Amino acid sequence: MNFDFSDDQKMLRDQARKFLNEKSSTKTVRTVLNDDAKSFDADLWKAVAAQGWLGVTIPEEHGGLGLGRLELCVLAEEIGRAIAPIPFSSTLYFFTEALLSAGSAEQQAKVLPGVVDGSVIGAFAVSEGPGAPSPTSIEAQFDGSKLTGVKIPVTDGDIATHAVVLAREGAGLSLVLVDLNQAAVKRETLQTLDPTRGHARLTFTKATAERIGKAGEGWDLAEGVLDRAAVLIAFEQIGGSQACLDMSVEYAKGRYAFSRQIGSFQAIKHKLADMYVGIELARSNAYYGAWALSTESSQLPIAAAAARIAASDAYYFAAKENIQAHGGMGYTWEVDCHLFYRRSKLLAVQAGGPGVWKEKLVRRLELKNAA
Amino acid sequence: MDFNDSSEEAAFRAEARAWLEKTLGPPASRATMKTEGDVIKASKAYQAKKAAAGYVGLTWRKDVGGRELPPIFQVIFSQEEQKFQAPVSPFGIGLGMCIPTVIAFHSADKIKRYVGPALRGEEIWCQLFSEPSAGSDVAGLKTKAVRDGDDWIVNGQKVWTSGAHYCDYGILLVRTNPEKEKHKGLTMFVVNMKAPGVEVRPIHQMSGGSNFNEVYFTDVRISDSERLGEVGNGWNVALVTLMNERLAVGGSAGPEYGEILELARNTPSPSGKGSLLQDQAFREKLAGWYVSAEGYTLGKYRTMTALSKGQTPGPENSIGKLLNANRMQDLANAAIEGEDHFGIISDPAVAPLQGAFHNAYMWAPGLRIAGGTDEILRNIIAERVLGLPQDVRVDKGVAYKDLPTGR
Repeated sequence: MNFDFSDDQKMLRDQARKFLNEKSSTKTVRTVLNDDAKSFDADLWKAVAAQGWLGVTIPEEHGGLGLGRLELCVLAEEIGRAIAPIPFSSTLYFFTEALLSAGSAEQQAKVLPGVVDGSVIGAFAVSEGPGAPSPTSIEAQFDGSKLTGVKIPVTDGDIATHAVVLAREGAGLSLVLVDLNQAAVKRETLQTLDPTRGHARLTFTKATAERIGKAGEGWDLAEGVLDRAAVLIAFEQIGGSQACLDMSVEYAKGRYAFSRQIGSFQAIKHKLADMYVGIELARSNAYYGAWALSTESSQLPIAAAAARIAASDAYYFAAKENIQAHGGMGYTWEVDCHLFYRRSKLLAVQAGGPGVWKEKLVRRLELKNAA
Repeated sequence: MDFNDSSEEAAFRAEARAWLEKTLGPPASRATMKTEGDVIKASKAYQAKKAAAGYVGLTWRKDVGGRELPPIFQVIFSQEEQKFQAPVSPFGIGLGMCIPTVIAFHSADKIKRYVGPALRGEEIWCQLFSEPSAGSDVAGLKTKAVRDGDDWIVNGQKVWTSGAHYCDYGILLVRTNPEKEKHKGLTMFVVNMKAPGVEVRPIHQMSGGSNFNEVYFTDVRISDSERLGEVGNGWNVALVTLMNERLAVGGSAGPEYGEILELARNTPSPSGKGSLLQDQAFREKLAGWYVSAEGYTLGKYRTMTALSKGQTPGPENSIGKLLNANRMQDLANAAIEGEDHFGIISDPAVAPLQGAFHNAYMWAPGLRIAGGTDEILRNIIAERVLGLPQDVRVDKGVAYKDLPTGR
């Protein structure tokens, strides 16, 4: 029984933290935030590729490192802590996971080497409008070779080179792979809560596309990708939550009111203790999710849902109370609290909102209990 | 990362399970224990067999009767014991907190005297720290011990002592020097609960039950040879006891998400359409309880992994009771409200799960206070885990006798 990351994985974490402290300080994040024309940091993306991180789960035959999902979890936590302005989650947790689980050998060989070197940026496009997507709500159409429809919002859709899209094919749904650099794809950049990541509306008008996986299995494949992404995003959420707690603790020690450190007041202590409890609850659930993901366990659907719910709750609480602990300063543009408040909301809805995941969890528990 | 047993652990689990099967049989096969006397008798009988088979003190030193196994083996054994509903409750405090303190601070011949009988369940122990005016602020306790030759004379009152009425010995924290600051004038002793001058009175709890006691000390004589640690060092001895408490405290003692899920499956929903389990508001709460319960269990495994690597249990383990007690209260409340009018019925013959949700509802307020209130646990997390500064203290540098007391 061993519920911890290995020494090698912890070493990778330390290296990643050091690297991101240097290359992705909040100053770097702000260069993207403050520039409307910029939706990611291209230099950081190249540097991350040079570190080998983009190939961490990709087999060696495609140029990757062929390590496991646990290594990706470790990196995700650091990416989340640094609120790195790069399309890491879209490309690795969604796009690459979709290709690795459903793509043919040919499709993998075509795209994955580009992921490893950073030249391919991947997106995953499901949503078409307000509310949770369902098997009956998807309207985008795939006719076997061409894709027509609208996807909104697509995270990193403004900069992605490729996308995996959920579309209707005949009576069922399928996942299709699309090269976004074609005239039949129109991109419109969207203004969002978190400008440190790009978002777009993608309009496909008979765009050339190819199916990945079997026809009619798109919904189940997408659900599988979401389960995998949920675990990985949970680690990003935990990294971000921990950064909020660290900020709050530091501020509460240094800020004086009524001639005492504000951290000596129980109103502040209990708030920060609750942040800690939420983060540890999320961490324990995420570790279990990481184990289930890395071992392809049948427990993954339940573990992923629990990890996602706990991490979304923890990050929301940590991000909002971090602002509160900072008082008026926390509400200014210059103090970093809002960067986390923004990112926490993106991550909470990016793979489906908490309501959807609570419903998924209970449905899965009902089945398990009935069995 | 591996959530499965290692081959060594799996072998131990199988061996433990076989022994439990042979010794206890399935829970359903056992006679229902009606009185507390029955429970104590059955517990002592079980404990004797458990000690003979070498399943007590798994992590303790060999020279005191332990096996020096990594803590994970204790977890495995406890998990299996729980499945068989083994009668172990009277020994939790003694073996989990008192005896480890005795082993850490008592003399060699006293360790020999006390550890064996405790291991075999022949003697039961309790812990005497809290007082009517010293709860969260336990170092403010009043009970005093005055030196008299080779003995100490103890006068005062303890409260919230679990099992005092059936215990043989206790560890007792008293004030030996009121001239010093409050944390520095304390000393710890082993006290014979049957000694003249010790009087135990049960507390009538709001739940109707009586799990705790008041213990009065009137001119109780304790030999200096029963002192644990140095005179005036009682606070540090108590911290060792409390550190062990973190390992000993278990999970929620109430119904969990599985039980309420089944209840909801067979209860109509508030909307009148379908079952309570199909009610969206209920489903959201159910998801939350699952995440909390699983997070607690998995967090405990993380702690055990750290322990197996030689780390000591830290204050981060204060999370468990905070989560469990509050979840127990909310879950019980939702079960009762979910039953609508019918929810008021606690009669075991009529209420679901023989009234387990009602018992939890009435037990939870106590659990949120016992062993560190929610508020104290948050303070511990804030100060000892996050490193936030202590609150402004009006008792620093002041002799105990000069402190304001109020009522």
